[in-house]
Amino acid sequence: MCLAVPMRLVEICGNLGTVELEGVRRTVSLDLLEGPAVGDYVIVHAGFAIERLDPGEARKTLDLFRELEGAAGGP
Amino acid sequence: MNDERLLLAHGGGGRLSRELLRDVFLPRFRSGILARLEDAAVLEAPGERLAFTTDSYVVHPLFFPGGDIGRLAVFGTINDLAVMGAVPRYLSCGFILEEGFERAVLERILDSMRGAATEADVEVVTGDTKVVERGKADGLFLNTAGIGAVPRGVELGADRIRPGDKVLLSGGLGEHGLAVLTQREGLKFRSEIRSDCAPIHRLCADLLRASAPGGIRFFRDPTRGGLAATLNEAAAGRPWGIRIEEEAIPLREDVRGLCEILGLDPLHIANEGKLVAVAAPGEADRILQAMRANPLGARGAIIGEVVEKPAGRVVLRSAVGGLRILDLPAGEPLPRIC
Amino acid sequence: MRFLGEFRDPGRLRAAREALRRAAEGLPFTTLMEVCGTHTMNAFRFGLRGMLPPNVRLLSGPGCPVCVTPNDYLDRAIALARRQDTLVATFGDLMRVPGSRSSLERERAAGADVRVVYSPRDALEFARREAGKKVLFLGVGFETTAPLVASTVLEARASGTVNFLVLVGHKLVPPALEALLEARNGGLHGFLLPGHVSAVIGADAYRPLARDRGIPCVIAGFEPLDMIQGIVLLLEQVRARTAEVRNQYARVVTPGGNRRAREVLERVFEPCDADWRGLGRIPLSGLRLRPEFREHDAEAVLPAEGLEPPREHPGCRCGEVLQGLVVPPECPLFGRACRPDTPAGACMVSSEGTCAAYYKYGKDHFADE
Repeated sequence: MCLAVPMRLVEICGNLGTVELEGVRRTVSLDLLEGPAVGDYVIVHAGFAIERLDPGEARKTLDLFRELEGAAGGP
Repeated sequence: MNDERLLLAHGGGGRLSRELLRDVFLPRFRSGILARLEDAAVLEAPGERLAFTTDSYVVHPLFFPGGDIGRLAVFGTINDLAVMGAVPRYLSCGFILEEGFERAVLERILDSMRGAATEADVEVVTGDTKVVERGKADGLFLNTAGIGAVPRGVELGADRIRPGDKVLLSGGLGEHGLAVLTQREGLKFRSEIRSDCAPIHRLCADLLRASAPGGIRFFRDPTRGGLAATLNEAAAGRPWGIRIEEEAIPLREDVRGLCEILGLDPLHIANEGKLVAVAAPGEADRILQAMRANPLGARGAIIGEVVEKPAGRVVLRSAVGGLRILDLPAGEPLPRIC
Repeated sequence: MRFLGEFRDPGRLRAAREALRRAAEGLPFTTLMEVCGTHTMNAFRFGLRGMLPPNVRLLSGPGCPVCVTPNDYLDRAIALARRQDTLVATFGDLMRVPGSRSSLERERAAGADVRVVYSPRDALEFARREAGKKVLFLGVGFETTAPLVASTVLEARASGTVNFLVLVGHKLVPPALEALLEARNGGLHGFLLPGHVSAVIGADAYRPLARDRGIPCVIAGFEPLDMIQGIVLLLEQVRARTAEVRNQYARVVTPGGNRRAREVLERVFEPCDADWRGLGRIPLSGLRLRPEFREHDAEAVLPAEGLEPPREHPGCRCGEVLQGLVVPPECPLFGRACRPDTPAGACMVSSEGTCAAYYKYGKDHFADE
């Protein structure tokens, strides 16, 4: 029940929006988001945007074990 | 099999399809040729070997991005001949039409078939048409059968495959299945994905020409059930298995994206213009070059190899490094939330 | 793919695996549990289980709403599908789940109008277009999905689409975690929590659980990097003997969650007792439509004819699998009578059922070489 993917919000029309991932687009409901803006990345589940994605936090997560990137052995 | 009624999955190209063939059809048509379950039957006729095949097309919708049922019916049958090494020559087509079917739509489909036949240099030489009562045929059921000659010296089959052989794929997976799926109501995704529906007989001929005799062991076109079904069918019951590398598999980015959104596996989705080839290790690079020189193989790649263990199975090394079994799909690919 | 590919980057994964190795070093045998079907599926899809150090075990708990949906829900859906005047719209996940005697897939073969949808709003669209039919949407899913269904019910109400009905089967995660700990009586050293459920309910929702039960909790995303980081953060807590809620999925999950989504959910649904496959009845662990939305409640509006008492497949150990008490190969039916195309229980047929994942992605000798 957690299958949801980050997609970019490219258009807003009232309570609906168009989201895009790798050229695939769909209309989704924005009813569950407050103050969405074009250009936001949102998590899309079953035709609804359920949350905004925070790029700053994403960066921090990606860097979490950065100091180990050189230290690791083979794959 | 204790299902009283058939399920859609029995026609899906996965496990249930196999079982239906094995348990219901094969015991009744006692034929050694049929029992090989190859894409076309290779028949001895005085002076030559003929390849003969048939397929029925029930796709919905009838028209989809990149093709239609007519084009699919012509190329699909050509491809079944091509993967047995044959040069396709003649087709039959049988139409079962539902009462009330629009004549203009029939004409559009026939025009498309004529164009496809010309493009592929084959001739439709015989056919049949029936009309059934409204509600009995879901629009149109189309059957094509095809015949072609297999040149002397061309011997292809899964029984020729050996450990160490390389597995090649001519291009991106999942395009046909997704092009059709996106037309289904209730899905409504907009994308540039088009069916890859195409005749691969010239590609097959190019590869055969480029390789030493026996250098190509096996061809198959991965249609319903996807690459997973094709590889599993080849490996089932054999003393070898197949290991493929997820990262090596060509995939359009939008196909990858849509599969992530819907929770689908691109390896389970139908293709209609792709070729899987198994080649002797010493021939693989040369065959890859020949593949890429053909427009239908421009994104071709070596995606894996034949291994001793696990015998009879297909395994995939994921892009992340772990190994997992790639099984026959259970049924038609279904979008999920979980 | 933006915000997906970076979390699968081989260099970062190598670093994370090194962090995992260090985090596990010297720890006693540690059992962690994930409670999300997508976590189960992805652990196998990415070959993560084979990457775990030998002293760390990751169990799959009751995270798949399909698995925890008991037979009587499916039986009712099937009975309603058999009516001439209904169109059943469902997520693909439910199509092959076996009820007591049949499945939606089989019912479709027998002539029932059953259609797979990607979104509940697509089912609402059917209802608008087919005024003569009662469109029955199968509302399963946890707190990730329930707000969507609630929003759709509100939209149906606003547009006067009275033939849009929901057969409600939604369930809630935190009460199930409590019940799980109660049933197991120890032996679990940490929970890997579902990222998207948490996006809705917020990280703070689990604080009482961590505190009162003394169990480390980490909310994790679904990419390989997320899951490995999540396990590392759990192991760090195990070593430090802390029992807190940490949020690995901070790019999506906030402490307070999505307030608007919860408001919509609470306007339409109220908590109720619910039956879970394997865990039995858990108080206030399910949702039902509030009385003012009764006209959209399938159970209230449509009598289910010919409904027989539900029955489980004899020998099926789904219940114990869901509690993490048994691994799939220990079930006598696994791989024999129970396989993905002939499932005996939901754990096998659901694309994210533990048994399906074990079957599809292989047993130990396909672990990382």
